[in-house]
Amino acid sequence: MSEKLVIIGNGMAPGRMLEHLLEAAPDRYAVTIFNAEPRVNYDRIMLSPVLSGEKAFEEIVIHGDGWYIKHGITLYKGHRIVAIDREAKTVTSDHGVTESYDRLVIATGSVPFIIPVPGKDLPGVLTYRDLDDVNAMLLAAQSRAKAVVIGGGLLGLEAAAGLKERGMDVTVLHVMPTLMERQLDPAAGYLLQKAVEARGIKVMAKANTKAIFGNGKVEGVELMDGTIIPATLVVMAVGIRPSTALAKEAGLEVNRGIVVDDRMRTSDPAIMALGECAEVGGHVYGLVAPLYEMARVAAAGLADGEDRRFVHSDTPTKLKVTGIDLYSLGDFADGEDREEIILRDASAGIYKRVVLQDNRIIGTVLFGETADGAWFNDLKKKATDISEMRDTLIFGQAFQGGASSDPLAAVAALADDAEICGCNGVCKGKITGAITVKGLTGLDDVRGHTKASASCGSCTGLVEQLLKLTLGEAYNPAAVQPMCGCTSLGHDDVRRLIKAKGLKTIPAVMQELEWKTSCGCAKCRPALNYYLVCDWPDQYADDYQSRFINERVHANIQKDGTYSVVPRMWGGVTSAAELRAIADVVDKFEIPMVKVTGGQRIDMLGIRKEDLPAVWSDLGKAGFVSGHAYAKGLRTVKTCVGTDWCRFGTQDSTGLGIRIEKFMWGSWTPAKVKMAVSGCPRNCAEATCKDVGVVCVESGYEIHFAGAAGLDIKGTEVLGLVKTEDEALEVIVALVQMYREQARYLERIYKWAKRIGTAEIKRQILDDGEKRKVYYQRFVFSQKFAQVDPWSERVSGKDKHEFRPMASVGFAEAAE
Amino acid sequence: MTWIAIGAIADIPPRGARCVATPQGKIAVFRTADDQVFAIDDHCPHKGGPLSQGIVHGAAVTCPLHNWVISLETGKALGADEGSVRTLPLKVEGERIFIALEALASKAA
Ligand code: SRM
Ligand SMILES: Cc1cc2nc3c(=O)[nH]c(=O)nc-3n(C[C@H](O)[C@H](O)[C@H](O)COP(=O)(O)OP(=O)(O)OC[C@H]3O[C@@H](n4cnc5c(N)ncnc54)[C@H](O)[C@@H]3O)c2cc1C
Ligand code: SF4
Ligand code: FES
Repeated sequence: MSEKLVIIGNGMAPGRMLEHLLEAAPDRYAVTIFNAEPRVNYDRIMLSPVLSGEKAFEEIVIHGDGWYIKHGITLYKGHRIVAIDREAKTVTSDHGVTESYDRLVIATGSVPFIIPVPGKDLPGVLTYRDLDDVNAMLLAAQSRAKAVVIGGGLLGLEAAAGLKERGMDVTVLHVMPTLMERQLDPAAGYLLQKAVEARGIKVMAKANTKAIFGNGKVEGVELMDGTIIPATLVVMAVGIRPSTALAKEAGLEVNRGIVVDDRMRTSDPAIMALGECAEVGGHVYGLVAPLYEMARVAAAGLADGEDRRFVHSDTPTKLKVTGIDLYSLGDFADGEDREEIILRDASAGIYKRVVLQDNRIIGTVLFGETADGAWFNDLKKKATDISEMRDTLIFGQAFQGGASSDPLAAVAALADDAEICGCNGVCKGKITGAITVKGLTGLDDVRGHTKASASCGSCTGLVEQLLKLTLGEAYNPAAVQPMCGCTSLGHDDVRRLIKAKGLKTIPAVMQELEWKTSCGCAKCRPALNYYLVCDWPDQYADDYQSRFINERVHANIQKDGTYSVVPRMWGGVTSAAELRAIADVVDKFEIPMVKVTGGQRIDMLGIRKEDLPAVWSDLGKAGFVSGHAYAKGLRTVKTCVGTDWCRFGTQDSTGLGIRIEKFMWGSWTPAKVKMAVSGCPRNCAEATCKDVGVVCVESGYEIHFAGAAGLDIKGTEVLGLVKTEDEALEVIVALVQMYREQARYLERIYKWAKRIGTAEIKRQILDDGEKRKVYYQRFVFSQKFAQVDPWSERVSGKDKHEFRPMASVGFAEAAE
Repeated sequence: MTWIAIGAIADIPPRGARCVATPQGKIAVFRTADDQVFAIDDHCPHKGGPLSQGIVHGAAVTCPLHNWVISLETGKALGADEGSVRTLPLKVEGERIFIALEALASKAA
């Protein structure tokens, strides 16, 4: 039996620890994680790009839900551990779940410090730590009003830059005379302030906050000197405190952080701590590089592997604000025994300072040009005597030994053990080695295999240069993601070439586009089959062997190999006769489970494959057709009761929903399409999280699209308002056809819309009446070949062989 | 070795599979694009998914439940996954397909 490992906190440190542990001892522990944040492990560092809009949350997830499932890890999202019982060896969450452990890891991270001024609890006062904070800031930013950021450190400046990007009027209050004074000397701090102000952000130094005021919500900030700054949003980013309360209550030794030895063990041998909450050798940390080292050490300890000890090292600080390059490392205070070398280029806004002690670098501050950071770091780490190159040191690596100032040559000159990715401690040799040995061709590959550039991303340029260096001509940074290993073409190229070359069968595509495998794989074949169905509706013969089993047999496969069957219930409306027919089928075939789905219809689960045709035959007699609950195609159109019954209904939402579903059922689409029609803005059919939704209003039909409510949650965008039902249908059909023709296989509408831009979709579907009609007509044409009920087709004998064994053997022998 | 006839190649669609029922469970019989035929237990080494229902490509099948790729020749999982499923001796004479009875029996043992 495996031992029980319980982890409190699901941040970046334990996430990394688990990766190492799963590699070293995959089956040793049954792992359970409790996380106060209601989500999976994501790259907290990258919250700033999410705030500024450069990245979407889904791009910064480190371990998606599937990862936990794959590794059999139980993750309790939104469960805060409130007690550790060290006697009983259990932990208990605020939702009352108690779990026992053999080994416990505390990784509770930090909590933002809140300055104890009046008004700190007013709505509109936020900290900057997690996705909820970012979402709250984004909400506040919608008003385009004024924001005050208290704190001119790394987090405060990243928050300010992000809010400014989002259209807010931002003021940064900093209590010290210069920004980021813990990482920058005053000269660099001054340059930084100028760069921040150049982006339209106001900076007030030596600003001491006295109070935050407002009536029921934030209205402004008052400084000690009486200055009043109006604001509707206040972000406090004044520092963090290790989150130690839980450990303290459990009686563990706690100082500034939870005290651990150099193997991450707390004062209780069964309990480890790591991450920002841990204190090792008198240090607590707030950057990921040392936390990742802790993760390595802790994993080795848990796996009883190598005897790895934690050693302190300095981590460089970089600011992730696009367009502002700064780099700071080590100790740069002035001192008797120290010398410094400085380079200033005022016109270019460059400042470089290297602090030396005994001819060795102990600190570096770079502003405006930071490419040599890694090189200085390397010299510092190795304590290289720099006397020889003293005169040219400050100009950087390119000037040493007469080498050219070509950045590629500079990277080429780096030693194999020079650190490229500070966050993950990955050196040059490891990256070039992986590129050669594993045959990596792009940045994502390198990130996947070595983790380099996978955290804060500031070494991305260096990694790309290493790719260039190692692969030479073969490296093409603009290369598109190929569809799969069978081709080097991306989805868009394949779609384009199918049309351009008039390719009409899968073998033709594979031949003409030089597929590398004889008959493709389970990724490309379904995609090609869809593209051909969509582009040549009247000519292409659907290839069933290239469809996923569900679409091949028109039912959903279940974990035990049985199937589920979901008939259409147009718009969610049913009748006594239909319900009776379902009841009869359930009795006759002894169907073990009948369930109302989330899509307003009924699912019958646990049907044997052999019985499917007979089940459909009976359902068909009662008028049912397949609900395509399995299809990358039109699924459900949810409706509410609308004007027929509801006292608030403004239009016949039920009728429109049924009309859409009857018009569009049977069509194949790149990914599933779910719709809904609500009779009024109360929106009981939840139309605003669907692929396509309609919200009826007095003046007509508001058409929505690009919502999501599955793996991602996203409200819809409004396409526009139309006056009549006919127009609504035409717009929706045209929109779906545009999506059918352009999207990549498995790409839901919201992802496609994000890629090509909602403005472009509006232009083609709403503004350009001609285009809309053409799309509409192409959809109508393709429906002629699609609207065949697959169930009745099979009941009448098509593919009947699929549903029964080709032979039964051995039964007589067994009976003997 | 006793060979049992289970049907003809034409009974299986190219890049497809059909099942043979036995008292010990189903056997999946595959036909590749180039008309090679293979028989393996219809039971994925991962979580028992019915391999006969997967997509066939080259001499491999992708399990319909969680996408493991299983070699039809060796029964081994390909790529990063580890596990294997029993393969059964099979021969084709003309159009007819036979599988070995001993193999069936050994499964019962
Ligand atoms: C039956 C049902 C759950 C229920 O008992 O209510 C269901 C069942 C499954 N869903 Fe679902 N989903 C069901 C409603 C939903 C909804 C809610 C809705 O439709 O209003 C959602 C969120 C909305 C959405 O689609 O985004 C939903 C989001 C998903 C997702 C995530 C999709 C995404 O792109 O985010 C998957 C995974 C996928 O498609 O790859 C999924 C996949 C599945 C699969 C097909 C998993 C699988 O591959 O086997 C399940 C099939 C079980 C079966 O055989 O019936 N199901 N699923 C619901 C069927 C609705 C229907 O009548 O057709
Ligand atoms: C906006 C921002 C930008 C940053 N930029 C950089 C950067 O550029 N470079 C860099 O190196 N670092 C950066 N950092 C710091 C870095 O993100 C952190 O050092 C790192 O995430 C800490 O990891 P952790 O696992 O220790 O804790 P966290 O990631 O904070 O995770 C702790 C988790 O534990 C949960 N938790 C707490 N208490 C409990 C409980 N009792 N029960 C259950 N769960 C609990 C919390 O909800 C949280 O999800 C940045 C941080 C922020 C916020
Ligand atoms: S029905 Fe949907 S939510 Fe439920 S387990 Fe299956 S995929 Fe997950
Ligand atoms: S059962 Fe086959 S991949 Fe999971």
